[in-house]
Amino acid sequence: MLTRVLIPVFVFLLIAVGAGFVAAESAATDTVSSEDPIDVSYEETAQKLLAQDFSEKSAAIDKLAQFGDKRTPTIFNNLLEGNLYYQKKDNIIVTAEELEDGELKITDVLTGNVIGTVGSRAVQKISVNNNLRNQLRTTVAGLELSDQDKSVRLTAAKNLIKNGSEDLLPSIKRAVASEQDAEVLKSLKLAMAIIDIKSTDATVRLLAVKEMEGVLESEIIATLTQLSTPDAEGIYPEKDPQVLAEAKRVVSDSKSAVSYYKILENLFFGVSLGSVLLLSAVGLAITFGVMGIINMAHGEMMMLGAYTTYVIQQLMPNYLGLSIIVAVPAAFVVAGIVGIIIERGVIRFLYGRPLETLLATFGISLILQQLVRSIFSPLNRSVATPDWMAGSLQINGALSLTYNRLYIIVFSLVVLAALILLLRNTIFGLQMRAVTQNRSMANSMGIRSSWVDALTFGLGSGIAGIAGVALSQLTNVGPNLGQSYIIDSFMVVVFGGVGNLFGTFFAAMSLGIINKFAEPYAGAVLAKILILIFIILFIQRRPRGLFALKGRAVEG
Amino acid sequence: MENHSTIKSRASKSLFTQNLFMKNKATKRFIVILAVIALLIPALNLFVPEESFFHVSNYTLTLFGKYLCFALLALSVDLIWGFGGILSLGHGAFFALGGYAVGMHLMREIGDRGVYGNAELPDFMVFLNWNELPWYWYGSDTALFTLFMIVAAPGILAFVFGWLAFRSRVTGVYLSIITQAMTYALMLAFFRNEMGFGGNNGLTDFKEIFGFNLQSDETRCVIFFLSALFLGLGYLLCQYLVNSKFGRVMISIRDAESRTRFIGYRVEHFKLLVFVISAMLAGIAGALYVPQVGIINPGEFSPINSIEIIIWVAVGGRGTLYGAVIGALLVNYAKSYFTAAMPEAWLYMLGALFVVSTIFLPKGVVGIYQQWVERRAEKKAKAIPSNERVEVGSSSI
Repeated sequence: MLTRVLIPVFVFLLIAVGAGFVAAESAATDTVSSEDPIDVSYEETAQKLLAQDFSEKSAAIDKLAQFGDKRTPTIFNNLLEGNLYYQKKDNIIVTAEELEDGELKITDVLTGNVIGTVGSRAVQKISVNNNLRNQLRTTVAGLELSDQDKSVRLTAAKNLIKNGSEDLLPSIKRAVASEQDAEVLKSLKLAMAIIDIKSTDATVRLLAVKEMEGVLESEIIATLTQLSTPDAEGIYPEKDPQVLAEAKRVVSDSKSAVSYYKILENLFFGVSLGSVLLLSAVGLAITFGVMGIINMAHGEMMMLGAYTTYVIQQLMPNYLGLSIIVAVPAAFVVAGIVGIIIERGVIRFLYGRPLETLLATFGISLILQQLVRSIFSPLNRSVATPDWMAGSLQINGALSLTYNRLYIIVFSLVVLAALILLLRNTIFGLQMRAVTQNRSMANSMGIRSSWVDALTFGLGSGIAGIAGVALSQLTNVGPNLGQSYIIDSFMVVVFGGVGNLFGTFFAAMSLGIINKFAEPYAGAVLAKILILIFIILFIQRRPRGLFALKGRAVEG
Repeated sequence: MENHSTIKSRASKSLFTQNLFMKNKATKRFIVILAVIALLIPALNLFVPEESFFHVSNYTLTLFGKYLCFALLALSVDLIWGFGGILSLGHGAFFALGGYAVGMHLMREIGDRGVYGNAELPDFMVFLNWNELPWYWYGSDTALFTLFMIVAAPGILAFVFGWLAFRSRVTGVYLSIITQAMTYALMLAFFRNEMGFGGNNGLTDFKEIFGFNLQSDETRCVIFFLSALFLGLGYLLCQYLVNSKFGRVMISIRDAESRTRFIGYRVEHFKLLVFVISAMLAGIAGALYVPQVGIINPGEFSPINSIEIIIWVAVGGRGTLYGAVIGALLVNYAKSYFTAAMPEAWLYMLGALFVVSTIFLPKGVVGIYQQWVERRAEKKAKAIPSNERVEVGSSSI
């Protein structure tokens, strides 16, 4: 059945190729060119570009532009850059790419087929003069600005803001008149304004400046700043006092807006750093804060989580986007099971001896690190970032939020919320709190406290594993991954107050934000040192953290 | 933990006189063995011809010299951990500060023999385009000031840190964590080039120490001897402190801090004093260490180094002083052996050592020995009364 449909389509395609309409990917183009009874084909028109006479070339360019063919911008851009050649033996128009040995690798621009490598003598450059260049530039801009795809139009408009020139003004004006999309329209108007500002007419300049009001793109601000800054002799580039005053006002407004957004951006970076801290510390808040176990192997649990992500990506290389989502529960299970083994095997013999626990778990961390080194090699492994986490959310010219940070903030909050719900609203949470508050009473109520201990430790470790999945997207995955976070995590838990998840949250966020705001003044390393000193001093003032537990729980 | 140790301290109180005697015997043995090592090894290095079986190579000499420095470092940790209950995870910082103090002097002694030939500035400062010495390098060219700084730098840091920490009663795990943060912060700071301590590379390429060529055999032997000497002196000092009334207050602070406070002792003063003394000892160990290995860099501040010191003490036996020394020698010898023989296995072994020694050897290697001695004494004690009974019986008949 399927083949019956496919075969005619295939035949049709073959015919289309034979006729020269190769661009099968652009169905729209095909319909336009095949339905319009243009007497000359696209290919024949393109051949006119080889003419010696520049006026003939110019006519060919105009005609080519009218086809509305997808290949046109590519051809024109190559022509502009002096990268369009024709093969001497058969006049095929090609683009060339110079290889190391001086040979040229040539590609047929009309079919997109790579023809092969030839000597530089086999092809001849298609020459253009300045008039043609201007014509090409306007035509390309016009073509791109009238493209059906919004993103192409937007990119073209943004490019015009960066490097527009006066001869493009008519095509921009045409585009402004027909543009429906507000975002593209805004960019177009800006492109126009940045050209208009060089106008000789003061009223045009004034309008242009007004158009630039509230725009935070760095090019615009730079243009206006240049206009309204006096040179060495105190003479302003802008002569008209009204325009000058307006420009000064707009610049100062924009600059204060930019500095406001810079603060917002710093805040965002701080919160995202805080989220990383929160993720790495929240597991510790369970094992250290609730159970009182100094787990120096906590960082290695994160490392295990990160390596789990790596392994899962190796297992499903074709589903990168999905692999991260699969890795979250997998890392929780892997790290959780290792945690339970550690608790049953070592820690349960050391309850009530915190310093010994510290040493034993440090030993475990060394063993785990070496284990990972033996299995995966001591080198860093690369964990790929899925597409949906790449890129950034552009709020305006001065502020853009990268998606991976955004997701990590959300993710850490989800993990924290889930944990709080688990502790408050489940039987397990109830048993856990009972055991930590009064072990013997919990025992006599029928709670198997040793199993609760194991599961609680497993929970804390599992959450560290989840943190590892998030960290694998931010830093290198290597055997030392955990070590770099363990001290920070302890600082967060101690700063926030032991046994208090909200304290941990608050501490992580404030440390993250303080760190990011201190960085511009002190540098990254010094900021970190200052924070450590700050915490050391803080602990002297409030030895039990920001939100210390009060009453009986403290004595236990 | 409190109950357990309280019972132990009560028991030890009743056995106090006997203990003192035993410890004195141990001290005598320790000093004699150390003196033999201090004299024999340099002698075997200097006077026995190289082809002889008994010759000690320069490498071995330096290696054992390093071990002696580590032993002194372990001793300083045992003083505060074993007798004061202060688990410092940042003692490597004091060791490194002592090392940097002597390293600065050694850098200045290079003079114009450095790569850039600048008589005043060490090479790395010339490299950074600095024109004059930072203020904290003043005085580092005089030997006396250097000797002062070796104990003063760690001492002052320990005083400030300890004063802040003990005054606000930061104890136990919290103290451990902030000491770790302290050494971590110092590591980050010393890694910065702007600090003026050579950044990443640290201080190295030393030529002379107090006018003696560092490469010559005699200088090496003298430094080795000094390491042994200071280990001995440190041991005697600690032994004296521990057995004095001061030491008994320390032990009572370890076992029941609040009770000691309520009795009327200023707990924080005792802790601060012992912490500062311990830091100075660590500084001396570092100062002896640097000329032997020929380099000091910020890696010495890394938290892992500090934790390793703890394991030396734990393996040897906490709270015995000579146990710490034995632990430091044992673990470091094992480390040198295994990192060369099977580098993969060493971290597994070190890790296992942590776990095993905390679970199965709470009193360390020394504890096993003591147990063995006690058992033998028990057997004897059992054997003697039965004989006595027979004798008594026979005499009565």
